Amino acid sequence: MTEVYTTVCIAILVVMAMALARAMSAPTVYDRILGVNMFGTKTVLFIAVGGYLMGRPDFLDIAIVYALINFIGMVAVLRFFEYTAPVE
Amino acid sequence: MGELIDLVLLAMLAITAIRIIFLKDLFAVVMLFGIYSFLSALIFINLDAVDVAFTEASVGAGISTVLMLGTLALTNRKEKESSHSSILPLLVVCITGAALIYGTLDMPPFGHPNNPVHEHVAPRYIEESPKEVGLPNMVTSVLASYRGFDTLGETVVVFAAVIGVLSLLGVRRQEENDTPESGFRAHHVLQVVARVVIPLIILFALYVQFHGDFGPGGGFQAGVIAAAAFILYSLVFGLSSAFAVVGPKFLQLLASIGVLLYASVGLFSIYKGGQFLDYNKLAADPIVGQHYGIIIIELGVGITVFAVMLSIFYAFGSQAERSNIR
Amino acid sequence: MFILDIVSSILLFAGIFFGLSGAFGLFKFPDFFTRVHAASVTDSIATILILFGLILQTSFDINTAKLLFILAFLMITSPTASHALAKSARHGGLLTLPEANAKQQEQTR
Repeated sequence: MTEVYTTVCIAILVVMAMALARAMSAPTVYDRILGVNMFGTKTVLFIAVGGYLMGRPDFLDIAIVYALINFIGMVAVLRFFEYTAPVE
Repeated sequence: MGELIDLVLLAMLAITAIRIIFLKDLFAVVMLFGIYSFLSALIFINLDAVDVAFTEASVGAGISTVLMLGTLALTNRKEKESSHSSILPLLVVCITGAALIYGTLDMPPFGHPNNPVHEHVAPRYIEESPKEVGLPNMVTSVLASYRGFDTLGETVVVFAAVIGVLSLLGVRRQEENDTPESGFRAHHVLQVVARVVIPLIILFALYVQFHGDFGPGGGFQAGVIAAAAFILYSLVFGLSSAFAVVGPKFLQLLASIGVLLYASVGLFSIYKGGQFLDYNKLAADPIVGQHYGIIIIELGVGITVFAVMLSIFYAFGSQAERSNIR
Repeated sequence: MFILDIVSSILLFAGIFFGLSGAFGLFKFPDFFTRVHAASVTDSIATILILFGLILQTSFDINTAKLLFILAFLMITSPTASHALAKSARHGGLLTLPEANAKQQEQTR
């Protein structure tokens, strides 16, 4: 099973890197937010799989925190985006 | 495998940091800072520092992102062009950086068992704490029992922070029905989902609070997560309805109650004939006394951190709403 | 036990297939709303597949409960976040590709 976990970990890292690239250079602010959100959900999966790879299932607690914080951060970004004037 | 993951994460961290320097849109900078915190928490997980990762994820990525967004709402979204030349600062930074890198050359090799950190107190904690404190999570026994006095200091610092923020910003009461219907108020899906999600978050915060003796977590993290639940509520339903649930005055009361609860455990142990924060005297059996002491002070820490984080958010949020609605 | 390993491997690999295709969609699709579609739909299915793959590896203890909690939480919040984002973008005046094309034609005429 270790090889499977390793492959899955690397694949999720690739997806995270792509989402990060999207968040860094995006055509609109909304694309940026989309990239950040995708990065967050993939991180949750990465921690869950990584916990099984290293035989430490108590990493799942941190995966839960990531999921919670990612959602709250997303709502906060959208909320405060209404307040701030567009940059263009 | 672990080294490979470490390297990839560090590379992503460095790229994010460099991108942050060159971005002028501060809104994007804040979002990238959130990613930066997530990445550094991932590195902590890889180093097996689960409790630190927990704190970094909840404080660094959660609360500080929200507070920085609140600050942006009060100021401007665009970074001002600097009018100074940047040669001299660059030179100073380069020299300092070179000196720091030169300093690291003398550091002991990473993870070597004979390093100074592994030689003095660490073996004693590892060998004695199961007998003396009897908790499975050694981080909690060091944090709350051996270093209980330090943790009291940290709690007082957090309490002092909220006093500073409140005396600078203050929390303004909202006038009822004065706020126009913004586009966000009409997000009915978000409101329904928030009603489902907030109880789950509070349940998880309680789990982190009382499971901190056995797994990663404790008062600090639980307080932050509980505050995050209320922050979500006030983001979705508006600050005035959040004030109706927990008012700012009540929060100030809670913040001081937490610190007092912590300190009173110390005074009670003096009353029982021990020294300040000597949990062994709290019950007939020293180990049971340790468990009582740790649970109570973690509760104190949790209450204070929750109240402080939420108060600071109220201060920023009410200023932001006031300055934008006029 | 062997069969369980195979099934969970299949689920995990299917999950990363959808995850990767979602990441490609983030770059390849022409306008913002199609990109939201690509990201959110694949996110949901990848989460379901990968977490179920892991659940099959647990021995039905507290870890199973935690994984189910993560699954339920992500199933609720991730589509909601995508919806809120798309709605904000619509309020902010972002156009779909056909609308943008129509507007461009109007201007050139």
